[in-house]
Amino acid sequence: MSGGAVPPPLRANRCAAPGFRSSILARSIVEVTRMPDQSHERQPTASVQQRVAAIEAAFDERGMKPGEFIEEFKQLAEEKWIPENGARVVAKAWTDPAFRQRLLANGRDAVGELGLSMPAHHRHLVVLENTPTLQNVICCTLCSCTAISIIGLPPDWYKDLEYRARVVRQSRTVLKEMGLDLPPEIEIRVWDTTADTRYMVLPVQPQGTLGWSEAELTKLVTRDSLIGVARL
Amino acid sequence: MDGIHDLGGKQGFGRVRYSLKAQTFHEPWEKRVNALFLLAVKLGIFNMDEYRHAIERMEPRHYLSASYYERTLTSLATLCVEKGIVTQEELERRAQGSFPLSAPSAPGRSNAAERERFQPGDRVRVRVDHVPGHVRMPGYIRGKTGVVVSESPAYPFPDAHAHGVKAADEPTYDVRFRAEELWPNSADPALVHVGVFQSYLERVR
Repeated sequence: MSGGAVPPPLRANRCAAPGFRSSILARSIVEVTRMPDQSHERQPTASVQQRVAAIEAAFDERGMKPGEFIEEFKQLAEEKWIPENGARVVAKAWTDPAFRQRLLANGRDAVGELGLSMPAHHRHLVVLENTPTLQNVICCTLCSCTAISIIGLPPDWYKDLEYRARVVRQSRTVLKEMGLDLPPEIEIRVWDTTADTRYMVLPVQPQGTLGWSEAELTKLVTRDSLIGVARL
Repeated sequence: MDGIHDLGGKQGFGRVRYSLKAQTFHEPWEKRVNALFLLAVKLGIFNMDEYRHAIERMEPRHYLSASYYERTLTSLATLCVEKGIVTQEELERRAQGSFPLSAPSAPGRSNAAERERFQPGDRVRVRVDHVPGHVRMPGYIRGKTGVVVSESPAYPFPDAHAHGVKAADEPTYDVRFRAEELWPNSADPALVHVGVFQSYLERVR
């Protein structure tokens, strides 16, 4: 597969330790001989915790080392895929006009200058520049796609049914309900993340912050302003 | 597929459950299952398009009532069973209860036979395709006309990539629609930009 997630994917059979298939077979024979036929009985659905634990145990038994990867993921989620990344990008764009131009021309390359990377299958980062008369807002109506390594993992409401259903059709109403009451002269552009191109919003620099350092400006930029449901 | 996941423009939903300090995760198992699905992708057991499609294949009642991470869990388990990593019986034995999976997959498709290269400013129409498998064309743009704004790099064609069908990578076009034309007399005025695969588009002459 050419569009896999980070890090580069291995071939499917790499997860299988030697004897992998035969061990499945051996186990299923044991099950058949040990267990009564329950196929006609309908058991209650296991809790989500039990179901996750079942997959984790199955992975563990097959030598896929899920425990290690879970720890690695927690670290990524808590320390690497965070909105402070996008905030740094915005602060740099506010203070460095040449960087701003490069960012708008090729977002993926430009964030790389700040040491930020994107998963291999996010091949394109489009930076959406707000102006005093334009508000950009991003969503994913089909699932939950986001520039996770720049904006951070998306908040719960972004992935929820209401936002996905309504923001493309009732953008001004939805933004108002979320606390962003835009005057009629501000146009709205909604960006639906239906492919693996990713988006981030470049907010307008707040008045009275000219001359501030990048570090100070970074602290002003919120995750919600990078998604476009808030202005600064 | 015209599935329940294709939510853009659906009516009847209430206010967004928004809070300023909204979290990504609420319970420890959510992080674990997110990690397990990424591990499976990393190991090459399935790709992101297969993952998305296995969520779309959830029984609609289950899809709507499941939390976001229960959908992740269901897709992960479904694909691990379909790929022969584990059986549903083993999962149910380990979970000590039933373990609902997604419905089987319908066939995928390869790129459109005739594809055109578009330039910014070109007027395009989204083809009126109805496919049983995975597709990244939200239903609300089907048959609608928009303007090409830019072209992306080529990506794997999702309608094929989710089904193990051979296909060429193709670009997506950032196509600009007007909300008022997508839902006449029934939308807040706005521009709606959608990343549309080349195979879904035809030129308006």
